[in-house]
Amino acid sequence: MSIILNHISKQFGNFTALNDINLEIPEGELVALLGPSGCGKTTLLRIIAGLERADSGQVLLKGEDKTHKDIRERGIGFVFQHYALFRHMTVFENIAFGLRVKPRKLRPNEAEIHKKVHALLELVQLDWLHNRYPDQLSGGQRQRIALARALAVEPEVLLLDEPFGALDASVRKDLRLWLRHLHENLNVTSIFVTHDQEEAMEVANRVVVFNHGHLEQQGTPSEIYDNPANEFVSRFIGDTNVISLGHHNTEWLKLSGLIIAPDASNSVHIRPHDLDIIKSNTDSAATATLKDWQHLGALIRIELAKKGVNGSPEIIYAQMPNEQFKRLQLSKGDRVDLHIRHAHWFDAA
Amino acid sequence: MNTHKLTKVALNDPVWVRYSLIAVSLATIGLFLLLPLVTIFIEAFAKGWQKYATELSDPNALAAIRLTLWVAFLCVPLTTVFGLASAWAIARFEFRGKSLLTTLIDLPFSVSPVTAGLIFVLLFGAQGWFGEWLRDHDIKIIFATTGIVLATLFITCPFVARELIPLMQEMGNEEEEAALSLGASGWTTFWRVTLPNIKWGLLYGVVLCNARAMGEFGAVSVVSGHIQGLTNTLPLHVENTYNEYNAVGAFAAASLLTVLAVVTLVLKSFLEWQQQRDSDSRAPSEH
Repeated sequence: MSIILNHISKQFGNFTALNDINLEIPEGELVALLGPSGCGKTTLLRIIAGLERADSGQVLLKGEDKTHKDIRERGIGFVFQHYALFRHMTVFENIAFGLRVKPRKLRPNEAEIHKKVHALLELVQLDWLHNRYPDQLSGGQRQRIALARALAVEPEVLLLDEPFGALDASVRKDLRLWLRHLHENLNVTSIFVTHDQEEAMEVANRVVVFNHGHLEQQGTPSEIYDNPANEFVSRFIGDTNVISLGHHNTEWLKLSGLIIAPDASNSVHIRPHDLDIIKSNTDSAATATLKDWQHLGALIRIELAKKGVNGSPEIIYAQMPNEQFKRLQLSKGDRVDLHIRHAHWFDAA
Repeated sequence: MNTHKLTKVALNDPVWVRYSLIAVSLATIGLFLLLPLVTIFIEAFAKGWQKYATELSDPNALAAIRLTLWVAFLCVPLTTVFGLASAWAIARFEFRGKSLLTTLIDLPFSVSPVTAGLIFVLLFGAQGWFGEWLRDHDIKIIFATTGIVLATLFITCPFVARELIPLMQEMGNEEEEAALSLGASGWTTFWRVTLPNIKWGLLYGVVLCNARAMGEFGAVSVVSGHIQGLTNTLPLHVENTYNEYNAVGAFAAASLLTVLAVVTLVLKSFLEWQQQRDSDSRAPSEH
């Protein structure tokens, strides 16, 4: 089901949670609403669900205006951050709930409910837990049961609020991939909210970045990573070195292979992996000093000190594969030349 | 290990302090709680089983028992509905005057029951604000069951609400939102999700409310008029018979109220235990 949001705004007292949001989500996508906490992403999810009302704007689901429709009439499935499983019901009854409360005419009979619930339990690979209570499950299991419960009513769109927020790092990694594969199998339009950019990039095929109630950018993960629309997105997604532009740095950037007019922008953003390091032979041309490095598995993070504006050292980071770093045969304190392969800058606001 | 021991030693008072504190508590309970309790039954059975049974089957005693049950039967459901409605409103909605409502719910706890009774006399008594209108329409409130029910309602209305408000606030409304998102109506959500979650707290409030409704003396005494066989509740009957120098009668009636108190205490402990179990299971375990 496609989702169209037109000019959605929401105010809580004096706080602007959402400011004129326009967004279109095509059918079958897996979309991440990404942003720091308090940026309005959860509010937007709740407005799509009908758990919250927008002050102004329209919510269109499948082309139909559902702005004033009740949550029950929207055909959505909602997975809550803290699962919100019914604690006095077994896993089976939790999943069956949506079927049992259907109007009598549409309600499946007991045998059908039984079949459907067990099919869903198999889908989330937890059939063996059917007669447990929620407090007997681990966090990851609860999350999957919550998902099965939401899927039982065959929603046309699945909304997930910080689905992995309350889970351990290792469980989270597994569940992310699992959710992505589940989405590939079911192909139901899904939106999830997260503040973890890695999670958004890994799971979603479309990412929408929010900040302070504004929609900053939307696109595929690689579009957003490679072409951030503004300073906020560039800083928020992935690591980046921010070099403020002044006479001093313009010179330094020139030496490192980036020629830029001093008034083009306030700063230049350079991803660590876009910095090449060359061992310097002549002391005079050196543009930085090697301070330290850390192993990040296959990659090495290199800490470099360059001369800052008032002569105090400024730290920048570079990243390269282990092997490449070994070949350079560098040791602490060595002087190096840098080569900037790629950088971003944004019009001075 | 060491620190654990140290803390314990640090918290331990000298032996004589510990023993005197325990002795004071036990003596107080024995003197002011257990002794009177025992006395009630000794006095009630002072002249044997026979006399005890006769006193309780006296028409006036039976009428008092019936009236007490009837008042509780009317008040407890009304208080429960009021408690559910106000707890729901306070825990779930934001509205103007919410803190005022929360404070006002506690008012009956801070007002002396006699004052509460007097309010109703002032409103509905023969010389009261609505006295004339009531007389013209032949409606009797003061010195009648209606007045007793009103006074009891005033006294008991906070019991269920106060029990449920913190419980529902703590629980949040995610489960209810989940039920709605799964297509349940508001009514279904209440019966199948909200109520099962608050049932122990609700019963706890109901038990306390019932005990107070049956045991209330002050407010009821002012509005009832102590008409034997008509407007005497069990607590009023105790006073009446005692004033008539019928000690066995008074203590026999009092023994019934005592049994009610003990039953209430047992139920209360049981419900507290159930609630504890529920909230333990609610506490987030491993992730």
